[in-house]
Formats: sequence, structure tokens, C-alpha cells
Amino acid sequence: MTEPATSRPAGRTVELDERLKAYKGVWVFMEMERGHVHPVSWELIGEARKLADTLGVEVWGVLLATPGEANKAAAQSAFAYGADGVYLMEDAILAEYRTAPYTAGLSYLVDTYKPEILLLGATTLGRDLASAVATTLATGLTADCTKLAIDMDTRSMAATRPTFGGSLLCTIHTLKARPQMATVRPRVMAMPAKQAGRTGRIITTDLGLKEEDIVTKVLDYIPDRDQDQAQLAFADFIVAGGRGLGKPENFRLVNDLASVLGAEVGGTRPLVQAGWIGAERQIGQTGKTIRPKLYIAAGISGAIQHRVGVEGADCIVAINSDPNAPIFDFAHFGLVGDATKILPALTEAFRHRLATGNAI
Amino acid sequence: MTEKFDAIVVGAGPAGSAAAYVMAKAGLSVLQLERGEYPGAKNVQGAILYSDALERIIPEFRDEAPLERHIVEQRVWMLTDKSHIGLDYRSDEFNEEKPDRYSIIRAQFDRWFCTKVKAAGALVICDTVVKALLKDAQGRVIGVKTDREGGDILAGVVILADGVNSTLARDAGYRAELDGDNTALVAKEMHFLRPEVIQNRFNIGEKEGVAFELVGTLTKGKIGMGFIYTNLESISIGIGCMVGDFEKGGLTPYGLLDELKAHPSVKPLLAGSEMKEYSAHLIPEGGYKAIPKVYGDGWMLVGDSAGLVNSIHREGSNMAMTSGQLAAETVIALKKEGKACSTQNLARYKSALDDSYVIKDMKKYQGMPGFLHGNRHVFTLYPELMSQAASTMLRVDGLDKKSKEKQVTKAFREKRGLFGLVGDAIKFARAFR
Amino acid sequence: MHVVVCIKQVPDSAQIRVHPVTNTIMRQGVPTIINPFDLFSLEEALRLKDQFGAKVTVLTMGPKMADQALRKALTFGADEAILLTDRAFAGSDTLATSLAISSAIAKIGEKEPIDIVFCGKQTIDGDTAQVGPGIATRLGLQQLTYVSKIVSIDRDAKEIVVHRRAEGGVQVLKTSLPCLITMLEDTNHIRFGTMADAFRAARYQITEWSATDAGVPDIGQCGLRGSPTVVKKVFAPSARTDKAVPITGETPKAISDSLVETVFSAHPGLQEDLQTQVAAISQGASS
Ligand SMILES: Cc1cc2nc3c(=O)[nH]c(=O)nc-3n(C[C@H](O)[C@H](O)[C@H](O)COP(=O)(O)OP(=O)(O)OC[C@H]3O[C@@H](n4cnc5c(N)ncnc54)[C@H](O)[C@@H]3O)c2cc1C
Ligand SMILES: Cc1cc2nc3c(=O)[nH]c(=O)nc-3n(C[C@H](O)[C@H](O)[C@H](O)COP(=O)(O)OP(=O)(O)OC[C@H]3O[C@@H](n4cnc5c(N)ncnc54)[C@H](O)[C@@H]3O)c2cc1C
Ligand SMILES: Nc1ncnc2c1ncn2[C@@H]1O[C@H](COP(=O)(O)O)[C@@H](O)[C@H]1O
Repeated sequence: MTEPATSRPAGRTVELDERLKAYKGVWVFMEMERGHVHPVSWELIGEARKLADTLGVEVWGVLLATPGEANKAAAQSAFAYGADGVYLMEDAILAEYRTAPYTAGLSYLVDTYKPEILLLGATTLGRDLASAVATTLATGLTADCTKLAIDMDTRSMAATRPTFGGSLLCTIHTLKARPQMATVRPRVMAMPAKQAGRTGRIITTDLGLKEEDIVTKVLDYIPDRDQDQAQLAFADFIVAGGRGLGKPENFRLVNDLASVLGAEVGGTRPLVQAGWIGAERQIGQTGKTIRPKLYIAAGISGAIQHRVGVEGADCIVAINSDPNAPIFDFAHFGLVGDATKILPALTEAFRHRLATGNAI
Repeated sequence: MTEKFDAIVVGAGPAGSAAAYVMAKAGLSVLQLERGEYPGAKNVQGAILYSDALERIIPEFRDEAPLERHIVEQRVWMLTDKSHIGLDYRSDEFNEEKPDRYSIIRAQFDRWFCTKVKAAGALVICDTVVKALLKDAQGRVIGVKTDREGGDILAGVVILADGVNSTLARDAGYRAELDGDNTALVAKEMHFLRPEVIQNRFNIGEKEGVAFELVGTLTKGKIGMGFIYTNLESISIGIGCMVGDFEKGGLTPYGLLDELKAHPSVKPLLAGSEMKEYSAHLIPEGGYKAIPKVYGDGWMLVGDSAGLVNSIHREGSNMAMTSGQLAAETVIALKKEGKACSTQNLARYKSALDDSYVIKDMKKYQGMPGFLHGNRHVFTLYPELMSQAASTMLRVDGLDKKSKEKQVTKAFREKRGLFGLVGDAIKFARAFR
Repeated sequence: MHVVVCIKQVPDSAQIRVHPVTNTIMRQGVPTIINPFDLFSLEEALRLKDQFGAKVTVLTMGPKMADQALRKALTFGADEAILLTDRAFAGSDTLATSLAISSAIAKIGEKEPIDIVFCGKQTIDGDTAQVGPGIATRLGLQQLTYVSKIVSIDRDAKEIVVHRRAEGGVQVLKTSLPCLITMLEDTNHIRFGTMADAFRAARYQITEWSATDAGVPDIGQCGLRGSPTVVKKVFAPSARTDKAVPITGETPKAISDSLVETVFSAHPGLQEDLQTQVAAISQGASS
């Protein structure tokens, strides 16, 4: 993307090609790895539902997977979250994610069933696949959207995303190509409520590829040993530290409070760079987006790149010695003071309160 | 293989670029080394550029250089805590075809200047720190050592244009350590505003600019000066004091700048702006008496590294460029004559400098630093008295003007005494001469 | 071995300022840098140069001044540099960008076949992570994104084994060359080039290619015209008007007690949620 801030003339309208008017419906790519559907897919089905209702069309999930019982269960969940149907493409080749067969499969489905919108999670898999598919289909793809809406005048999707390191937002439309594709990061959209008993249709197709056709082989899969790491994005309670903690030893204070709250710990990018914490614990634009019920930030200035990752939290508590720190612009509660002194007291206060249920 | 050049220039500020440009243009093989990511990367300030010095090097600079506004008005303000009294000089003559001075943004200007250096044929390498001078057994400078692997480079002469700190000259013993009483530390910021706002606020046209000099009680009796320059879409503001005074405590550079920005006369000038860059920089203010020896066996000092700044008129970049040019011309002449850049031969640089406005001006103001050190009330009492006087004269409160005049004179006498006043005037005049 | 590294010159985003009134980017004095993510790929390429004597060609598409980024890459040790610059490219989105770059790569490959194309994981201005996969798709290269380690390269069999970061773990992938790799961040650290590299970079004549030079098949598919996405609006994130509620007190203890009280009364149910969570964890720990 070159110069999004200045380049395009606003409101350039392009009449959609007749052929493309046949494209109908909102699709969500259901990301399945090792029998598990990534929760971002459910978040997107919730979002797709809203778009589809505005357009008056259906929501379909797309599941590419190795044959198995899990697929039917996943389809049932998709219905419960709001999908009207699921395209199911089963093939043993699809057991492990690889760009080529997945691109071939998804592109085939799009060409055949013609959706007007296709949403994917902005995970490593989703991003890898989305760009390959968009290039194959020669259509527009907007990455890392934070908001999706429909512009009824052009019947096009208005995809809003941060740009220039989060200092600006821009709204992007794909006017003359279909489908309109977008990726959305996990936890950016709210998880929809599950409606028990909701059902839908399943259409199954074949991939039609042989393993010999696939150049890339998966030799092994090494699951992350630290199983905690996937938790940060989905944790309800998170305590994080920043450079204001002063020295690595002080990060213990964050751990102490987190263990009293049963919370996950995270931190800012400088801490990752300095090796205080692992990269998987970085919160922010180039780290994890979080959506906890409670987020406690100690010694964190609140730079825009950090802010964009935490704004979805229900309750943000900031501890910072500088009353003018930018974090106080978006935190809900502000404690001005030395984090190394306040954290132990806060740990004690929470411990007491949670143990007794009473104020001290 | 170790590379060898006719000349190595350390630093890509105005002094270094002037020297490198002039030598390269004359066909010498020149290497310029700069530690910043690019020329000007370390110079985020707004500044005033005096045309003459640059015009002598690049006559057509006005067509190409990133100039902000030509200055049509100079304001000198004396500030007390609540007021200012000022002298403005504005003239349409400054709207001449070839204006005499411009506001510039150094980061951009230095970069431009350096592209000219490259175009003239010099090799410019950035992101490279010169760690030391290479010397032969006789102590003659024969090149430099950089922080890169395989970083020794040879040259017939090394021109040190590495600025006020000049660690290289100090390490080599060519210069004394920085003296806190002769060096000012300036904190400065860039504030962004829309061009129309700047033009309305300062009552200027599209390309016109204003420069302010500020003195007053802000520096709490310490020698110090502030400035405000208008750029195209930003305002440069800064204030500095002697390093020695900061060291004594009570004052901090950013504290001072914050006070300046909050001053009731200054605050409205910045209203609605967005601060972008801030940084601090040293200025050599020792004047003539603090100039070190500027040449030796295989080396020369130019610009700030030689302490060539006229702090009273805030002229530095012009002296930097002129000294760079003179050093370069010395090398060119020696090369033509087939002579080495020995101590004896480089003495020509010193004579050329002595004959130029650079040393003449430095000499003229040589008493100034001493005067200011000895007369700190210039920064407190006078602004106070002037402001009182103005206030007394301007208020319409039933008192007749004659009595008001008396009041004013009385206040001056009481506060400083007639002899003191006359003495100051004489001393000031002497220092200025 | 011949590797091509795609780099992009970007504004140093930490220093970008948005004009509070006009909402435009204030470019004055904003320095530009090589996209930081590209440096991890460049360093990996340079390691292949150390190891196999690979030739490293850097390529960028951008305005003339993007040659600075190329020169910088040469300073780090790259061998050749090509600047793809043409007015026709202005306003390209990722689809149009990948067309231009892949055409140029194909052209480079005609002279000297390419084994690996490197891209950055993503840029810090566009921030899409789309251009790399776009290039791979157009050139029919095997696509290896988010690579954390190149395990081995068999030059005779033209095979490569890498570690690729997936959501819950690491895939060990084997594929054949040529391929396109995007390196994960923090997998290495860009070197400080030698003095000899710096000299070579300073003297290097950068090749400039127009769309025609690069052999772009259809100029109509470049730039704004060839871009299916349209940026309709650019705006600053709305500032929250209410600032954080200050929690004050004489001592850290008083502040803490007050906070716990305030948070729990503002978010009824939070206390119970926390207690449930703590109970669940201690149960998990004891079982
Ligand atoms: C392209 C790009 C991507 C980035 N992505 C991310 C990202 O994903 N996540 C991220 O976090 N950052 C990211 N950053 C970095 C970001 O810009 C900031 O530099 C970073 O968030 C600052 O971290 P910090 O708050 O820990 O440190 P600082 O900004 O140094 O803040 C430290 C704070 O601690 C306070 N403090 C000091 N002492 C104490 C004390 N004793 N008690 C309490 N408070 C104290 C200070 O007042 C200050 O506000 C990115 C930057 C770029 C350019
Ligand atoms: C706040 C402020 C405002 C000013 N305003 C004005 C004004 O309005 N008008 C005016 O004429 N003058 C002004 N001056 C003075 C003027 O800036 C200087 O006199 C002038 O910049 C001196 O030029 P120079 O080339 O000698 O040094 P510098 O501009 O300081 O350049 C030195 C260069 O050498 C590089 N360098 C240093 N050490 C090494 C090394 N070891 N290896 C490689 N590179 C190195 C540095 O990175 C730098 O780029 C001002 C100064 C300040 C601080
Ligand atoms: N204009 C460009 N020139 C060269 N490479 C680019 C350009 N734009 C993107 N790339 C490459 O594609 C990667 C991903 O970019 P993006 O899709 O913008 O996040 C970058 O890290 C670069 O390696």
C-alpha cells in the first residue's frame, strides 16, 4: 500500500461488472488446526451475520479439513454462532495447513459459489492464505480490519483498519472486484452468543488434488511447549508491565499480582526486546490484541502501538508515575505513583478482598 | 586494501559540507564521513541561514536549497515574568530579490547540502563514526580510524568538522576540554502550525518570516538567550544557558524552555500547535579568546569544532561554511603547488581566516562573554526596569507625563545607581566594539 | 545461489505525526527507514551469502528517493540493487504492487536464475503482509511465511527445510527451490557492514527500472487503475473524551484499597468472575 493518506480520490465510484453482480452472500473461512476451530472464526461469523442481515443475504462458513467427525461438530457450532450453511471440503491433503492446497481449494469454492464478501482471521494461517487467494482471484483484500460495515449506496463493504503504525485509520472499499476480502485479528470483534438448536445446510465438495501435486511437505509439527502463550489473547484478566518497572527483577511484582488474580501476564515491546519476557507476551499492534474484562498496566506509557492492542478491554487500570502519561487518556482508572510500591500493595488488597469477599 | 584520499572531512554539518564541496569541485578526491544515519539526522533544529557565506560557495543555492522563509522582521524582546518590551525592525527591503537570511530546518538543509557534495564528486559515507585520527611516527595525521571493520582510511589531510564536542580534536590534544562557562546548552523544540496560522499570527506573507531574540528574567540572572524562528509550517523555539550554570543546579534546560513557552507573551504565539521534535545542543560561546589552534600537521579545525560562533549575533553556520571554504581552498592551493599539508603550509588557512570577517568579528566581540559574565543584571534588572518604565509611561492614571519620567529615572538610579548605569553602558560599548 | 530481497522504504512510524486539524500526515522532517521487518530477511539473505557465497540482490519499488534504502542495504553487504520507479506505479495497492515487483523479479531471474526471494513479514506503513504472498502466487513460487529458522538447504536437490511459525506451534516444512520466504521478526540481527561494504555502497550505480524495463505485461494493471481497493476515508482515531478516573490516597495501601473498591463497584460481577477464576486455577493445580 503506498501512501494511503493522500493518494486516492474519495468517492471514486465504479459500476460493478454484470458478471460480478452474481456474487452473493458473506463467507467466513473457518480456520481449523488439529481438529480445533480457531475462535476468531466464530467472532467473524458473528460479524458476518450483521453484514449479511444488512445486505439481506446468507452467512456461510467454509471449512477445509481432513475427513473426520470434528468437521460436522464444527459446522454445528458455526450454525449456532449464526451461519446459514457450511461448505465443507474434505481431503487428507488438508490435514496440515499448506498454502498451495488451501489456496487451490478456497479459490475453487469462491469461483464456484461466488460470495460477495469473504472474511478470514488475521492469524499466521489466515494472512498467509488470504493474500494467496486474493492474488489468485485478482480481488481486493484489506488486512487487519478493526471495523466492518456496509455502504448501501455501492452495496460494498467499508473495511476500516489502522494505518501508519496506528496513528491513522482508513476505510477501504473494493468496488470493482468480487469477492471483497478482509482479515480481522482475533479478539477485535466480540464473540457472538451461541444459539442452541440453530441449524443449517452443509454442502460438501472435493479438493481434487493428489499429494504428489503438492511440493511442500510437512516434516513435523512442534507444538509450543509453553501452552500459556495462546492464552493471552483470550484471557479475561491480564496484568502487564512496561519499561517503567525499571529492572527485570521488578517484573516479579507483575507476576505476583497476576497469580493472585489468576491473570495472564503481558508486557510492552521494549520488554520483549530487552528479553524480560517472551515475544508471545507482547501486547499491542505487533503483538497480541487483548479483550480482557480487567487489564492492569504498570509502568506503561500507553504509546499508540500499545493502545491499539488493549482498547477492547472492559476495564483498564493504569499505574504510572507520570500524571501526563498518554495511558491515562484511555485507561478507565488511573493510579499516579511508583509501580514498584503500588503493585505489592495492590496484590495484597486484591488477595484480601478475593479471600474474604470484603473490603479491608 | 586501505583506501586513500586527498582529504577526509569528518562531519556533514555546514562546515564539513562546505569544505568537502569546495575541494571536490576542484577535482580533489574527497571522503566525507558522518556518524548520523544521514547528514542532518543529528541536527533537528530550525535555524537562521545567512546567505552570503553560502552564496560564495553555491551561488545558485536559492533555487535549490530547502529554505523555509526569508526573514523580513527581527524582534528583540526583553522579558520579565509577566511582560515584554521589545524592539522590532521590519523592512520591505528584506523582500529583496536575493534575501539576506532565511529560516531553515537543519535536518533538511544539511541533507541537501550533502547531495551537492556528492554531485560535486566527493564520496559521502554516513552511519560511520570516526573513532580516532591515524598518525605516523612523527605525529603527523595521515588518516582516520572508523568504527567499521577494516575501518582505517588514509588521507593527505583530515579536516575536523565534527562540531562543538569535537571529541577527536580533544582526544588528539588539539583542543582543551569543553569549558562549562564558555559553552551554552540549548533546549529547543519544533511546533507545528498551519502556514496560514503562522502568517496571520506573525503578520507576514506567504514566504516571509520573523526571527526573535529573547533575553530576560527567565534565566534567573544567568547568561542565556532564547529564540523563536518561523518556518513554513512550524515554529522553532529554544532557550539556553551556560552549561556551568546548569551544573550549579536550580535550572534545567527543559524547565527553562517550559517556562519560556508558558510566558504570557510567548504562549499565544504557540497556541494550537503540536510539538514534534525536541532536542538539546551545545553552542561554543567562548568567543575569540577560546579559539584553539586551528591547524597542525595534517589536520585543520573548521566550524564549531574550532569554536567559531558569534554568540551575540547568533551566527554560527555562516562562520562554519566560510571556515570550511577557507580550509578547502588552502588544501586546493597546496595540492596545485605539489606541497604537503604540513603545519607550516597549513598556516595559510589561519591567515586566510584572520583576514576574513570570521576572525574580525570574533575579535570585535571578544569582550562580550567577559562582560556578560560580570554583569548578570543585564538578564534581570534591565528587563525589569525597562518594563516598569514602559508600564509607568503607558498607563493613563491621572499622573502627568513629566512626573512619570521622573519616576522612571528614579527607579533606574535606585536600582543600579547612576555610576553603575554609566559604567555598564561604557563596558557594554567596549565589549561590543 | 542467487537471492532477491524485497525491501521497502517507510516513514519511521514512531515519529509520524498527524495534523490535528487537517488529518493529514505531516511529513516535514519525518525520517525514512528501511522497513524494520525487511531487515530480518536481508540479514538471513546475507547469511546465505556468508555460507554459500550467494549473490544478494535488493529490490524496491518506490519514488526516486527510495534509492537511499537500497544504498543502505548495500552498506549492510548486499551485492546488487534495483530501484523500480515509475509514475504508473503511484497509488498501487498490494495487488498492483505484487504485479510490479513480481515482473521485476522475473526479469532479474532471466539474467541469473533466482533460488530464493525474501520479503519482510509485513511493512510498518502498509502493514498488510500481503505483498510477499502476492509475489509468490504470481511467480508460482513455494510460499513460506513467518519463517523462524532456515534449518538446511540442499543445493543439489534444490531443497530447503525451514521452521514456520503457526498459531499453536512450529511447522517443519520441506519444499523445493525456488521459493519465497518472509522471516519472522527478532530471528536475527542486521549486521553493521564493513568499511569495504560502505565504500562499495557509496560508489554503486543503482539500476533504475520503469514499468516497461521491468517487463510489466499490462500497465493498466499498475498503480491506482490496477488496484481493486479504494481508500475512501482517512481519519484520526477519536480521542476518548473522558480521561482515566484518578484513584488517590496517602499510601500505596490506601490507593490500592480504594482502587479495588472502585473497580468492583463500577464492574459488578468482576469480583465473582475473579473468584471463580482463582478457584478454577487452584483446583487445576491440586488435581
Ligand atoms: C512499528 C512499531 C510497532 C510497535 N508495536 C508495539 C507493540 O505491539 N506493543 C508495544 O507495547 N509497543 C509497540 N511499539 C513500541 C511503542 O511505540 C512504545 O515504544 C512502547 O509501547 C513503550 O513501552 P513502555 O510503555 O514499556 O515504555 P516507555 O514508553 O518508556 O514508558 C515507561 C512508562 O513508565 C513510567 N514510569 C517510569 N517509572 C515508573 C515507576 N517507578 N512507576 C510507574 N511508572 C513509571 C513512565 O512515566 C513512562 O510512562 C511499537 C513501535 C513501533 C515503531
Ligand atoms: C539551538 C541552536 C540554534 C542555532 N541557531 C543558529 C542560527 O540561527 N544561525 C546560525 O548561523 N547558527 C546557529 N547556530 C549555530 C550553528 O548551528 C553551528 O555553528 C553550526 O551548525 C556549526 O556547523 P559545524 O558544521 O561546525 O558543526 P555541526 O553542524 O555540529 O556538524 C558536525 C557534524 O559532525 C558529525 N560528527 C561529529 N562527530 C563525528 C565523528 N566522530 N565521526 C563522524 N561524524 C561526526 C555530527 O554528526 C554532525 O553532523 C545554532 C546552534 C544551536 C545549538
Ligand atoms: N514497494 C515495495 N517495494 C519492495 N518490496 C515491497 C514493497 N511493498 C512491500 N514490499 C515487500 O512486501 C513485504 C510485505 O509488505 P506489506 O504487504 O505492505 O505488509 C515487505 O516487507 C517487503 O518485503
